Amino acid sequence: MKKIRCALIGSGNIGTDLIYKIQRSEVLEPVWMVGIDPESEGLARAREMGLKTTAGGVDGLLPHVLEDNIQIAFDATSAYVHAENSRKLNALGVLMIDLTPAAIGQLCVPPVNLRQHADKLEMNVNMISCAGQATIPIVHAVSRIQSVGYAEIVASLASKSIGPGTRANLDEFTYTTSNAIEKVGGARKGKALAIINPAEPPMIMRNTISCLTDEEPDQERISASILEMIGEVQKYVPGYRLVNGPLFDGNKVAVFMEVAGLGDYLPTYAGNLDIMTAAATRTAEMFAEEILAGKIQLPAPEVA
Amino acid sequence: MSQSNSLKGRKVILHDMCLRDGMHAKREQISIEQMVKVATALDDSGVPYIQVTHGAGLGGNSLQHGFAPHSNEEYISAVASKMKQAKVSVLLIPGLGTMKELQSAYDCGARSVHVATHCTEADTSPQHIAFARKLGMDTSGFLMMAHLNDAAGIAKQGKLMESYGAQTVYVTDSAGYMLPEDVKARIGALREVLNPETEIGFHGHHNLGMGIANSIAAIEAGASRIDGSAAGLGAGAGNTPLEVFAAVCERMGIETGVDLFKLMDVAEDIIVPMMEHVVRVDRESLTLGYAGVYSTFLLHSKRASERFGVPARDILVELGRKKMIGGQEDMILDTAMTMAKERGLLKSA
Repeated sequence: MKKIRCALIGSGNIGTDLIYKIQRSEVLEPVWMVGIDPESEGLARAREMGLKTTAGGVDGLLPHVLEDNIQIAFDATSAYVHAENSRKLNALGVLMIDLTPAAIGQLCVPPVNLRQHADKLEMNVNMISCAGQATIPIVHAVSRIQSVGYAEIVASLASKSIGPGTRANLDEFTYTTSNAIEKVGGARKGKALAIINPAEPPMIMRNTISCLTDEEPDQERISASILEMIGEVQKYVPGYRLVNGPLFDGNKVAVFMEVAGLGDYLPTYAGNLDIMTAAATRTAEMFAEEILAGKIQLPAPEVA
Repeated sequence: MSQSNSLKGRKVILHDMCLRDGMHAKREQISIEQMVKVATALDDSGVPYIQVTHGAGLGGNSLQHGFAPHSNEEYISAVASKMKQAKVSVLLIPGLGTMKELQSAYDCGARSVHVATHCTEADTSPQHIAFARKLGMDTSGFLMMAHLNDAAGIAKQGKLMESYGAQTVYVTDSAGYMLPEDVKARIGALREVLNPETEIGFHGHHNLGMGIANSIAAIEAGASRIDGSAAGLGAGAGNTPLEVFAAVCERMGIETGVDLFKLMDVAEDIIVPMMEHVVRVDRESLTLGYAGVYSTFLLHSKRASERFGVPARDILVELGRKKMIGGQEDMILDTAMTMAKERGLLKSA
């Protein structure tokens, strides 16, 4: 079967894990890995895995986009360079899946709103953050039953799973996730907290989601909705698991989740990495299927 | 007595925590009026730095950490406008607080900040430390749960914070676990690697009754800033009681610039009557110090214990075993529920 050819930008933890996910896809093929340091381990690993590489940043990729028929790019760099990367690649007709917290495009959490994006061609789709992918489905599972005035999520992440980019830009993570809890999760106000824990052996990613409903929560319906949603996420992240709850306390609903990864690049504790790359891959696959079926057509490249 | 002589004439800057760390001990329920009253009295006692706001600092108002009756901005504005000499400071834990909140705290009158990370995660603080310096704030890097990193590791993390712009690096004994030798080793290692103009601070908790002794050990090893709190009002068994520490300093000839008797009066006449429970070393707060658990977990564990029937001490020991760190208060309820299931006190979902 024909596959849509992809470029990965950023050779850190996320970019490397993406190679594994995309190589398993029936509709996507990883072709290029873009880095900025010729000596980087990430680029060397990508070469070993059969990808073409450049250390010249996105500009090093641009001359090859048309000849290699690159149609989807994944950006796992930083919020600061994403806008420029996106502009340059969109101009060549490449659809951008954004894994940085830049959030200049439409926000996507697959089990919540992937279908909406499928119906129209988005040239830039943002995956929010690992914590967003792990918690927003639950917020939505509550808010689709009863209105939620406030939702708060706490993500605990193993220190070894957090790369230098995220560390140096924690505020962008906080702002983007909080905003998406509102825009995608459906809470009127959202707040995101992140904790990086260095325990050895590394702790598995944990997420606590708390929602304040306007009216007294309908425990039965909310519990059923949450369990159904967990099943939806498990379709692409099998290690997404309910540990405790839902715990009802007045108008508060609290859910205690754990996310174990597949152990592709980093070990299974790094569920945060997996839920992000798996969600991005699923999103790209949906667009790829539409492109392959001729339902959507990428714009022709602007000739310079 | 060569030791006390060696500290004679040393100058130490005191930083009061009772209106920030003390919020934990008050379940975040200190009113604006109380805060202004305490801060004004501390200012009058000559305490040079006074930290205020929610116990978890900027961004702290949350289901995770509790809601205070007023916004951080309201507390800072109310206190800052009344200060004659003291600088108002705040706490910012990246991942919880953000630069937007720091800007807003500055606009309300805060002029000093502790930018806090877990003791191995200093590299989550560069943007906040740099931003605080840009605002012209007195900027400290604050390495929490410092017992969980060795002296060489603390030195490395402190050096990172200095490289981002921190003017002071703190060793923070959040669990009240450290003994004087632990404090000396870490502060000594920092002193060796930091630039001479970079100050070193120590923030103690009194869970093993070592607040004063640890702070003195810190000064001996090169610290020049000490956090404490009037009457010890703070998380766990409280912070280093500031008036006691000031008295010890006076005996040793360490210069703090505070009026001891006035500070004693603040503790006795204002703070003690405010306490909801006597902040002291009791079975649970001792467990924090003994097991190396974040002091703020104390009241959360007591509440989880009441709800799920698992003794608070058992929960705290388990949290210590699982190496939970500051900010993971949600894991207290989670751990209590898991333990209750194991003990047949709660049915599995």
